[in-house]
Amino acid sequence: MDLPLLISIFPQVLTDGLILGFMYALIALGYTMVYGVLEFINFAHSEIFVTGAFVGVEILLALKARGTLDLLSPFLVLIVLLVAAMAVSGLLAVTVERVAYRPLRGKPRLIPFISAIGVSFFLQDAIRLFESIWRNSFNLVYPTMDLFNQRFTLTETIDISVKSVVVIVAALLMLWALHLLVNRTKIGKAMRAVAEDQATASLMGINVNRMISLTFLIGGAMGGAAGVLFGIQYSLINPYTGFIPGLKAFTAAVLGGIGNIPGAMVGGLVLGLLEAFAASYFSLLTHGAFGAEYKDIFAFSVLILILIFRPKGLLGEVVRERA
Amino acid sequence: MLEVENLHVFYGEIHALKGVTLTVGKGEIVTLLGNNGAGKTTALKTLSGLLPARAGQVRLEGRTLLKVPPHEVVMRGIAHVPEGRRIFNRLTVLENLEMGAYARADAGIEQDLERVFTTFPRLKERRAQVAGTLSGGEQQMLAIGRALMAAPRILLLDEPSMGLAPILVEQILETIQGINRQGTTILLVEQNAAMALSIAHRGYVLETGTIVLSGSAGDLRENPEVRRAYLGES
Repeated sequence: MDLPLLISIFPQVLTDGLILGFMYALIALGYTMVYGVLEFINFAHSEIFVTGAFVGVEILLALKARGTLDLLSPFLVLIVLLVAAMAVSGLLAVTVERVAYRPLRGKPRLIPFISAIGVSFFLQDAIRLFESIWRNSFNLVYPTMDLFNQRFTLTETIDISVKSVVVIVAALLMLWALHLLVNRTKIGKAMRAVAEDQATASLMGINVNRMISLTFLIGGAMGGAAGVLFGIQYSLINPYTGFIPGLKAFTAAVLGGIGNIPGAMVGGLVLGLLEAFAASYFSLLTHGAFGAEYKDIFAFSVLILILIFRPKGLLGEVVRERA
Repeated sequence: MLEVENLHVFYGEIHALKGVTLTVGKGEIVTLLGNNGAGKTTALKTLSGLLPARAGQVRLEGRTLLKVPPHEVVMRGIAHVPEGRRIFNRLTVLENLEMGAYARADAGIEQDLERVFTTFPRLKERRAQVAGTLSGGEQQMLAIGRALMAAPRILLLDEPSMGLAPILVEQILETIQGINRQGTTILLVEQNAAMALSIAHRGYVLETGTIVLSGSAGDLRENPEVRRAYLGES
């Protein structure tokens, strides 16, 4: 075993894990917030995420076609991408709830869930149709921005790209903003009240339907932002890209305790780090017998273990049921 | 102030209220008595908009309340302390009270918060605590305090004595009387008839969805039917 090598790659693996983890955390918020309010898994959330990635790539390609992409500050471009993707994904999530979920509220759980699966397929193929007509291809590549591709050289073996740092900082800022919104503002407290008890919240004068829309708006916006960050980090996207990250993010939400907002953040980070460490260290430690492709087995084994010993998830609270 | 006329409410297939008529005058404490399943909670839920009425009329100061969604009923001046308290377990005591004032935007909120804290000093001590960790009595105080934060003109109380030790029941009763003396009208739903009649001005007795008796609290206390069925005397 090559201990110095294992130690020397640590910062690199940690960075990869954090990026993946923050991505999962941002997506997981959409699952967990909606579950917290409606006890319903929004299966179409992975497509809300992918829609954000496509909004980002379309803006970048449009700027590139006009030749203005290299003239603008990449940070300004990033902010524009994030704002646009958050707006589109957020509003899309609100529309989906209004059209496909609200009419089914109060029906047996399986029914809105099937509706969500339908929405998921619909959105995948709607994006595919649109891009096929508009660009003649639905496999798109994020145009590069030079500054983001520069790398800091830390040691001989380690260098970290600017975009990795940008992705991590952007994700952190968004999680922090969400934390303030949910815990410090009147509207955030009302969202938590609705998540706990809709009927009683309505007695307080809280418009429950409006709060549910707001929950979809915020969860969708976080997913859209994650889509842009995903595109910047991994470049290649297609309409079906959302499925695996969506599944992982859902896992992260369950890992952290479904319905619990800090839990989604923690669960995302834990899953991302596990995956990154499993992918690189497994094959090194076993001299290649277990390659990086076994990382998911490792990550999901941990999930199963946590669910066996802590069924409510890492941060899932044991709240006394009311009398 | 509050007039209910020939109210019919269905709970699924069950005809829960079969033509209930009652009135609550300004400044009164009126109690609605009845056994489990008589329809008391259904009546309050209909008043606050949580359940739809099939027929009949509800008016607050002359304006109809039927078909007004619950979040707007509060703004008309009705606050409802639901059965089983239903505080927000995961929110802090202070956040629960803030939610009580959600519909308001006036300058009096701080003042009302101080008033609630004066009435229930316990809540002030525990303001930063998560409400799920409070004892049953404290939770009832919080539920009432939260409703007072809406600055209601009429307060609907659903079984505030439920599950509380006698000494706490006594304390809650005094508080209700105090709130009433400060000008809030009260409609009190209770199974504990002795307790309710000890502070109410008037009362109604509900049996399987129908009002079977009504009168002043004194008359009801003396009524042989009430004594036998609700005050536990033979």
